[in-house]
Amino acid sequence: MPCVWPDGSLSTSGRLLLASVHPDSTADDVSAITGIPLYRVRSSLRQLLEAGFISEAGGRYRQTEEGVTKVKLGG
Amino acid sequence: MTMIEEPEVRAALPRLNEPAPTFEAVTTHGKLRLADFEGSWLILFSHPADFTPVCTTEFIAFAEIYPELQKRGCELLGLSIDSLYSHIAWVRNIEEKAGVKIPFPVIADLDRKVATAYGMVMPGESKTEASRCVFVIDPKGILRAMIYYPLSVGRNMDEFVRLIDALQTGDEHHVATPANWRPGDKVVMPAPNTTELAEERAGEGLECIDWYLCKKSL
Repeated sequence: MPCVWPDGSLSTSGRLLLASVHPDSTADDVSAITGIPLYRVRSSLRQLLEAGFISEAGGRYRQTEEGVTKVKLGG
Repeated sequence: MTMIEEPEVRAALPRLNEPAPTFEAVTTHGKLRLADFEGSWLILFSHPADFTPVCTTEFIAFAEIYPELQKRGCELLGLSIDSLYSHIAWVRNIEEKAGVKIPFPVIADLDRKVATAYGMVMPGESKTEASRCVFVIDPKGILRAMIYYPLSVGRNMDEFVRLIDALQTGDEHHVATPANWRPGDKVVMPAPNTTELAEERAGEGLECIDWYLCKKSL
């Protein structure tokens, strides 16, 4: 399911997913928190990464400043 | 003028126990890669076309076995050579008319990249549709089983659950499973590969028909 629309806004599942990305989260962590299947979490994290809302290093994710703002503003 | 026929391009079929062909594809659950399923078992299956009768019965049946597959750490991924919007309309129609929500993603393989990589199109049956193919891929991305059904025959879902059980049991216990095996039935011991081991086998307290066919309970 697309979690980032072309205009940069987030879908409901995209908002939930972004809000669940705590510092140094893995895809498994996010899947466990949200209950979303791991394959969909991986796909959605890729979209959030491409949109610049999260960053990744060594398989661990964290919200970027833009992502933090997005969560605060509610997507 | 001589007519020169273009040679038919035949796609190579994937092979068992080799890495499954990788892909990135548009699906009803977003853009997915094979690697997104790493760590899970995966049943990748194709169907000829959306909004067709046998395929609709199969989708309902796949949705019904999905909880059993999930208990076994197995995901489902459908595919046909149809558009994403056709898939979305069809799964919504199934929910509306049959009351069954399709919980798994479906690849919209209009460019046939995935169908070609997996040899899903059988031109002798149809040049424009995928046959009813099933590929079982293990958590490491290795292709472990392939089953092909013709367009006219709907698949038996029990067999796919049984197949996952058999593969997982074989992996865990290093045994094989006999014909019509079900969980709880006796399993087959690997056949001895030396005369010495064949003699030893007789005294191992197994249920043996002969030295080469011995079963045991797990």
